[in-house]
Amino acid sequence: MVTGHSSESEFGDLHRRLFILRVGLLLVVVLLGLRLWHLQIREGPYYRDLSENNRTRLVLLEPARGLIYDRHGVLLANNVPSFSLYVTLEDVKDREVLIQQLTALLGLDPTIVRKKMTAKGSKLLPRKIKDHMTLRDATLVESHRLDMPGVMIQVESQRNYPGGATAAHLLGYVGEISADQLEKPEFIDLHQGSIVGQYGVEKSYDRHVRGMAGQKSVEVDALGHEKKASVVERPQAGNDLYLTIDVRLQKVAEDLLGQEQGAIVALDPNSGDILAMASRPGFDPNVLSRELTAKQWVEIVQDEGRPLNNRASQGQYPPGSTFKIPMAVAALETKTMSPSSTVYCNGGYQFGKRLYHDWKAGGHGYVNLHNALVHSCDVYFYTIGQRMGIDVIAEFGKDFGLGKATGVELPSERTGIMPSTAWKQKAKNEQWLPGETISAAIGQGYVTVTPLQMASLVGTVANDGINYRPRLVLAVMDRTSGNLQELPAVPRGKINAKPETFRIIKDALADVVTKGTATKAKSSIVTIGGKTGTAQVAALRTGPEENIPKKFRDHAWFVAFAPVESPKIAVAVLAEHMGHGGATAAPLAKEVIETYLKLTPQAPAVTSDLTSVNGPGRSSKDS
Amino acid sequence: MIDRLTEHRGLDSFDIRYVALILAILGIGVLSIYSVTRGQQGGTAPYYLKQLIWIGLGAAAFLVMWASDYHHLARFAYPAYVFILLMLLFVLFDGRTSKGAQRWIALGPFSFQPSEFAKLILVLVLAHYYSKAPRVGWLQRVIVPGLLVLPGLLLILKQPDLGSGLSFVAVYAAMLLMVGVRSQALGFILLFSIMLFPFAWEGVWGSLHDYQRQRIMAFVDPDYDPGGKGYHALQSKIAIGSGELLGKGLYGGTQSQLKFLPEGHTDFVFAVFAEEWGFLGVLVLLTLFVTLMWLSLEIASKAKDQLGALLAVGIVAMLCFCIVVNIGMTAGMFPIVGIPLPLVSYGGSATIMTMAALGLLLNVKRKRLSLFY
Repeated sequence: MVTGHSSESEFGDLHRRLFILRVGLLLVVVLLGLRLWHLQIREGPYYRDLSENNRTRLVLLEPARGLIYDRHGVLLANNVPSFSLYVTLEDVKDREVLIQQLTALLGLDPTIVRKKMTAKGSKLLPRKIKDHMTLRDATLVESHRLDMPGVMIQVESQRNYPGGATAAHLLGYVGEISADQLEKPEFIDLHQGSIVGQYGVEKSYDRHVRGMAGQKSVEVDALGHEKKASVVERPQAGNDLYLTIDVRLQKVAEDLLGQEQGAIVALDPNSGDILAMASRPGFDPNVLSRELTAKQWVEIVQDEGRPLNNRASQGQYPPGSTFKIPMAVAALETKTMSPSSTVYCNGGYQFGKRLYHDWKAGGHGYVNLHNALVHSCDVYFYTIGQRMGIDVIAEFGKDFGLGKATGVELPSERTGIMPSTAWKQKAKNEQWLPGETISAAIGQGYVTVTPLQMASLVGTVANDGINYRPRLVLAVMDRTSGNLQELPAVPRGKINAKPETFRIIKDALADVVTKGTATKAKSSIVTIGGKTGTAQVAALRTGPEENIPKKFRDHAWFVAFAPVESPKIAVAVLAEHMGHGGATAAPLAKEVIETYLKLTPQAPAVTSDLTSVNGPGRSSKDS
Repeated sequence: MIDRLTEHRGLDSFDIRYVALILAILGIGVLSIYSVTRGQQGGTAPYYLKQLIWIGLGAAAFLVMWASDYHHLARFAYPAYVFILLMLLFVLFDGRTSKGAQRWIALGPFSFQPSEFAKLILVLVLAHYYSKAPRVGWLQRVIVPGLLVLPGLLLILKQPDLGSGLSFVAVYAAMLLMVGVRSQALGFILLFSIMLFPFAWEGVWGSLHDYQRQRIMAFVDPDYDPGGKGYHALQSKIAIGSGELLGKGLYGGTQSQLKFLPEGHTDFVFAVFAEEWGFLGVLVLLTLFVTLMWLSLEIASKAKDQLGALLAVGIVAMLCFCIVVNIGMTAGMFPIVGIPLPLVSYGGSATIMTMAALGLLLNVKRKRLSLFY
């Protein structure tokens, strides 16, 4: 409360001063009112005229997307300048005339141009009519600009992939944002005409590489000709990505597949880094990142070989005998079999009324686990499969990551199927049949996997059960701060099995290459362990391989790791319709492994590689 | 009977005219925000809906401030000031950046702007100080409170938030005027500031960000246009001017609807309103504001004690400053400093803070001390 005499008199003062405040308030408001009266009443018509014929056009400045490099800083995706043609309808006197002019000058399809001009949107905002014009076309338009008011040529940056089709499935491609995408919250800052990643890392890391658009205001005169331009907001370039792949190895893997269809995945089991991921047939992302005609698009989509399908992460195949690896782990861990106990194989396995064949007519005789793997004896695995039952098998399969996504940073990864009684009930609403366990035991029937899952699986075995999430992105370079942020490897868990188990399996896999089904993978420079497999395509076949039309031939599998003593690389090869894994897939895996070990004699020092490329690698084109 | 009861309970202070004025201005704000952000996503929800949520929270803040006893509140002035200073410090190190300035602290899905709340707390601090301090010389009257203002001011300028910084200075100046500074002291201050001016100018100009320098340059010379700030000022003037007497009607504002106008729902919301409702609409809004301020000064003059009067005056000064500067900058009278229009602009922190401040003002009107007894 108030105390003392002095503050009382102060208090009286207060009222006098309040009066000053009131007068001041009124005075200022009157001034504001006068100013607004002046703007709205006196100069109102002038400003109304300005607003109705608004002479300023806001033009968006598209940002440059971040660059993409391989693990050693080799450029995989950059931007090159390109010319786009914009039209502001407000300034166009006669649309039909303009359409004719553009058609005559550039040979554009008049219906497409008309469609773009009549599309929804503001008359005052320039709309893109054509992008990726040649310099010749752009100069042609510029030289006729005065006869075509409302037409504007903008220099923009266009995505470019110097390696062409190399690593296309990983990089993906970019394209104009679709109407559906614009509705989604993750594209909130974008606008019609924004370029976003539509596939591959371009899509999954779009938020990082996208950047932020800027704005430019352009003043036009009454005829719609550009007079003056000023930048309102600078565009911000996106962040750069460093991928885990080694583009040299990637090229080798792609060339090995050549004209065949299939996939090769190589990864470092100690980190999950994907060193190469090839899928054939491929495509050229440069073509897909430009505006395609409907016809071109249909051609690509309807191509029999499905070039847009990344067979490494989206192709689902029966694993065939490669599935015997997790089967063997399960048999040892559940004590269904000891390393020394044997099964007699006479070439067939009788179950109920049905006889399940071994691939080797006449059989393998007495086989223990080691030999069953080395010679890929089916009967041995029929037997242990039957003993364990599908749900135990499924449990181990899932531990190895089968039937679920690996979590690699690629859109639309497929999971494959690790069947179980519960799965069949859910998927088909049917009971699981004991006979189906027998097919599953050798990786046929309902079991399907992706090559990526198999590479990860064999890497896990090589790494004694420790598994890392396969990954494609090693580091992100923040353009605003200049910080290089290395992403840590992501441990995904550990297979709960005795070290002894992995030692036994790895021994057997090493012998597969030295004296078993995959002697074609034997290398003179490194020890390799691996497992062959054949994925059945058509169930009933008669006669030798050559007489069967190619599209009904089996797929060949080979999964491998090397060196056996301290694994540095794990590989999965799937060659479609190439028959037996031992003959066709194994040599490819050997090539990949040898190439990698020659390229990187020691473990690659990634960080020093990265820092060495961050300086001069930028040309003025990129910004 | 009822009258006696309300008086006894202190409910008599709940002035319905005052509340109606606030609601009317808030309504104009929501309408303009709705108009300019139609078809735009505001992230999780449309802007106007989010603004309604802020108004709801603001109403709660209003009632709490009104129902408590401002003497108790004043006791918390210093701790609150220390707290908000820490917040401002935190923003500098770990704030959410927007358009090159760090002003926000992220709280889950929301972000909160401490500099807004700092304004209200500063009013509390100065009112509390002046109502307690022995005011003998200009040292106690000018220098000490000036030192109180300084840390907050510097932290806010560092963000940089020129607008909030200036409102700090405005509150300080209004308080000085209220407590009365003797002429010789005033002369001394003037002399001092003139002597220090070149240094201060150097310091201020040098510490400004590029974009602020550009804004000031754009104001001094509209043709000087390196970064489009002149463009913003011009577009805003076109929007207001083209509204003429009757306006273009709701959604009719070509300037704002076509996105020629930047920040149409925040700092430039007045231009949107002026374009759609014309000079008549502007007169209505100005009248609402002036009446609200007039009532507030009424409350200040009838305050029971020094503290109440100072609080009321400080709040009025702060709000008047924001209103005048915001409208002035949209009308091209002042440089663009980024001050929201109280109760009209979209924004959570500003809306809640302004409503809390108005609740505190109404609290001063009460004869009894508190509703809580």
